[in-house]
Amino acid sequence: MLLITEDVKKIAYLARLGIENHDIDSYTKDLSGMLDLMTQMNEQDTQGVQPMAHPLDQIQRLRPDVVTEPDQREHFQAIAPQVEVGLYLVPKVIE
Amino acid sequence: MHANQWEAVIGLEIHTQLATKSKIFSGAPTAYGAEPNTQACAVDLGLPGVLPVLNEDAVHKAVMFGMAIEAEIAHYSVFARKNYFYPDLPKGYQISQMDLPIVGIGHLDIDVDGETKRIGITRAHLEEDAGKSLHENFHGLSGIDLNRAGTPLLEIVSEPDMRSAKEAVAYMRKLHELVRYLGICDGNMQEGSFRCDANVSVRPKGQQAFGTRAEIKNINSFKFVEKAINHEIERQIELIESGGNVVQETRLYDSVKDETRSMRSKEEANDYRYFPDPDLLPVKIDDAFKAQIKAALPELPDAKKQRFKTDYQLDNENAAILTSSRALADYFETVVKTSGGETKLCANWITGDLSAALNKAGLDITESPVSSAQLAGLLARISDSTISGKIAKQIFEALWQHPDSSADNIIEAKGLKQITDTGAIEAIIDKIIADNPGQVEQYRSGKDKVFGFFVGQVMKEMQGKANPAEVNKMLITKLKA
Amino acid sequence: MHNKTIKEMAHGLRSGEFSSVELTQHFLARIKQYQHLNAYITVTEDLALQAAEAADKRIAGTDASVLTGIPIAQKDIFCTLGVKTSCGSKMLDNFIAPYNATVVEKLNQAGAVMLGKLNMDEFAMGSSNENSYYGVVKNPWNTNAVPGGSSGGSAAAVAAGLAVCATGTDTGGSIRQPAAFCGITGLKPTYGRVSRYGMVAYASSLDQGGPMARSAEDTAILLQAMAGFDEKDSTSVDHPVPDYIAELNTPLTGLKIGLPTEFFGEGLSHNIAVDLDNAMNEYRRLGAEIIDISMPTLKLAIPAYYVIASAECSSNLSRFDGVRYGYRCENPADLTDLYTRSRGEGFGKEVKRRILMGTYTLSAGYYDAYYLKAQKIRRLISDDFKNALSKVDVIMSPVTPTNAFGIDEKTVDPIQMYLEDIYTIAINLAGLPAISIPAGLSADKEGAPAMPVGLQIIGNYFTEARLLNIAHGYQQVSNWHQRIPNGFE
Repeated sequence: MLLITEDVKKIAYLARLGIENHDIDSYTKDLSGMLDLMTQMNEQDTQGVQPMAHPLDQIQRLRPDVVTEPDQREHFQAIAPQVEVGLYLVPKVIE
Repeated sequence: MHANQWEAVIGLEIHTQLATKSKIFSGAPTAYGAEPNTQACAVDLGLPGVLPVLNEDAVHKAVMFGMAIEAEIAHYSVFARKNYFYPDLPKGYQISQMDLPIVGIGHLDIDVDGETKRIGITRAHLEEDAGKSLHENFHGLSGIDLNRAGTPLLEIVSEPDMRSAKEAVAYMRKLHELVRYLGICDGNMQEGSFRCDANVSVRPKGQQAFGTRAEIKNINSFKFVEKAINHEIERQIELIESGGNVVQETRLYDSVKDETRSMRSKEEANDYRYFPDPDLLPVKIDDAFKAQIKAALPELPDAKKQRFKTDYQLDNENAAILTSSRALADYFETVVKTSGGETKLCANWITGDLSAALNKAGLDITESPVSSAQLAGLLARISDSTISGKIAKQIFEALWQHPDSSADNIIEAKGLKQITDTGAIEAIIDKIIADNPGQVEQYRSGKDKVFGFFVGQVMKEMQGKANPAEVNKMLITKLKA
Repeated sequence: MHNKTIKEMAHGLRSGEFSSVELTQHFLARIKQYQHLNAYITVTEDLALQAAEAADKRIAGTDASVLTGIPIAQKDIFCTLGVKTSCGSKMLDNFIAPYNATVVEKLNQAGAVMLGKLNMDEFAMGSSNENSYYGVVKNPWNTNAVPGGSSGGSAAAVAAGLAVCATGTDTGGSIRQPAAFCGITGLKPTYGRVSRYGMVAYASSLDQGGPMARSAEDTAILLQAMAGFDEKDSTSVDHPVPDYIAELNTPLTGLKIGLPTEFFGEGLSHNIAVDLDNAMNEYRRLGAEIIDISMPTLKLAIPAYYVIASAECSSNLSRFDGVRYGYRCENPADLTDLYTRSRGEGFGKEVKRRILMGTYTLSAGYYDAYYLKAQKIRRLISDDFKNALSKVDVIMSPVTPTNAFGIDEKTVDPIQMYLEDIYTIAINLAGLPAISIPAGLSADKEGAPAMPVGLQIIGNYFTEARLLNIAHGYQQVSNWHQRIPNGFE
């Protein structure tokens, strides 16, 4: 087993993913299996190989500095869970 | 506390909002002060399926900055995702830069107590700003406004080269002036366009190794920077001297209590899991692009100040004041050129009367009701003796009230032309002398102060329009006779 | 009516044989009739009929294209303005998209009639459509078998005649594999050929939207409307879109086909090997030359893919937090609770596994060993393909190791499911285009029903026209693509 349940709890918190206590073990097992699969990569020597982030050799296109988006607040907030006076509401943010 | 056994080490991270019209990755507007969430488009809201496209002007401005601090500009620059959860961060990650920032190592020279010191700049990178949270009036909840989300930021990281709060403030001011000069940032600290975080640590004098540093966040005025840093230095020294250890943490400066306090506990270690953003491609900055930007670079503050000292024979103080903003410097130069007047006269009027009036009205030079053309017109009339300096002040006030008028119009309308006709002056002087035999006697018997009385009388008689030099000359001659 | 090709339908619409409204009503009725397949998540009946009416007007005028009035369906991963866009997830069960994906916009402008949104594996993660919040999709060829995934709904709908053609997305095989399992044609374009704007992201550097239809010709027509540069997508390529129909009938003499020996060994069902062998003979008869090639890095594709895909998805899915849209848990106690419960309750198991995996491999200390290593392997795989494609025109391979497996057969161990992607996954790492076409109908075990078998054709960058031509050539001399599952005639 490459991972233990403590690891999984930490990762779950980093990802803000709620996992039921009774599921932790099965996630741990699954994730360990996935990691196992991934360590197969070590069979291959990659000394001096350039990592490839994108499949094609493209460079970033630049957009002219022009305002193109109108105010669509009502439209976008129609699907929001909780909105008041145009603000998205969430449990208090503690600084 | 044994302050002189300790040395403070300070580095500043300054976030400047770039003055682009639209956001760094979307076409929403960046203007300040709009109603909440009226400037947050689909991309800014992080709706499912949206994608970022890079604003050309943000790159432009970043490269301009890099050139102004003589830094290396990356050939290829990469955007990375900084992953963390916070309600003002809609995507759950901030698009920023990690390896391969757009601007590399550069420097900025500062003046402290007459000495010049070079402060290293480690890097400057582009990133998107987050939104804002409002905490009052929502019955225990916080309200999130995402208008600011996506505004382009240039994060400028200095080397830990500063050794005092004073140096830190000097650096901050210099940077503030530079970004405004370049026109890349409006420097408005109240509106959050220019934000400073300070990294502060202390070490025993002579020690090479750095002490543990604390980060002080969100200081939004020069005054507070100095106070916050000084307070933090004291706090750390006291802590260590009493046997404690400085903890690496983030602290907020409370300007009311004049103290720093620890922020949300950093033990929930923020592992940002940086990786190159797959929705964006590497930005290529080639020589042609750089040449274009270099050609468009304005004259920088230091160079301008030097030139003003040489070309206009200004002293250091006046040169510094007149070059403190590009707008002011341009105003000055226009006045000099247009009025054909003596540079000292122009400098005095601008740093004196004009500045005082602007300050009183709370206006910036760019909002001056008296244009450079109008002031030039006024100063030209002083130079050619049409009016005296005193009368000029009257005219200046009139111009301030009537922005569409001119010095000449007012001189004409109010008949303020200085009288230089020696015949006319002589006639009046003769009259005053004849009418005041007692004072003439006093003057001739050695009471020099009485001369002022005669000047006053002549001026009064001539409604202040006499050329003072002529009056003086003639009075002396006549009285001595 | 539903078994006509797009060209035949277009002709029928213009000749007055039927109207788009009638055609649409026909498909809507079939969707109801066969709803046990569970191919659709949302049927947009009113919108479809409105669009059909508008299409009929266009056809009567001069402003119609070949797709005008043709009933299609969209995989539920494409944002459709005013219409629920769920991505097969509880997280977006209440999400009415406030904008159109570029692909949707283009198809709307072409006058295609959208029948509804198709079922899929949650957030495109899966190879069987068993990961959907809305339940599994049944394979019309055998309703006890999976249709494949993640574009399972798309494949099943097209195979069963519940849409003329459909959009799908492919990150590791999600168009090609369900196309193979359901006996239809599906094409994954070159990365950057089709805009990703409005296509909810799973793995940004691997995802591509593409067409799924009953034939290479129909696939070409749909691709024609979908492809093209989009300034809203930085990864979209500004490459001219050729006429995909014009080249369909180019003769295949002299075509060099490479067969990677690594793909035809152990692990491949015997029936598939036989069917593909027959297909190769067919190609020989068409004038092609078959050459054995070796691609040694392909075996690393699965681990590299899962590292990259899970890393990218772990970040892409962070936006689902219950704040601005989507599922929000009841009565969150505080901010952390809002996040952890909204996400914990909103996402299904496979999605959570991949988010956790991605979070782990990107976390401090592991980046080099996993993510960076995977990107290096990606480079090696891509070079391997480039090298092979310099010696041959196209590479052919199986699409799947077995026939469509039974529902619940592979749900116990996620790794089992990942190994299903063995033939398709490397292509996404390289960003190459590939098409899957039906090449047989056979059983993979004693007593099992005969099921469709797919053939994969992989080409060089931006050679979709050639791939479609090669597929079409085969479809002129075979009729696997014209077979209809029992009961769906």
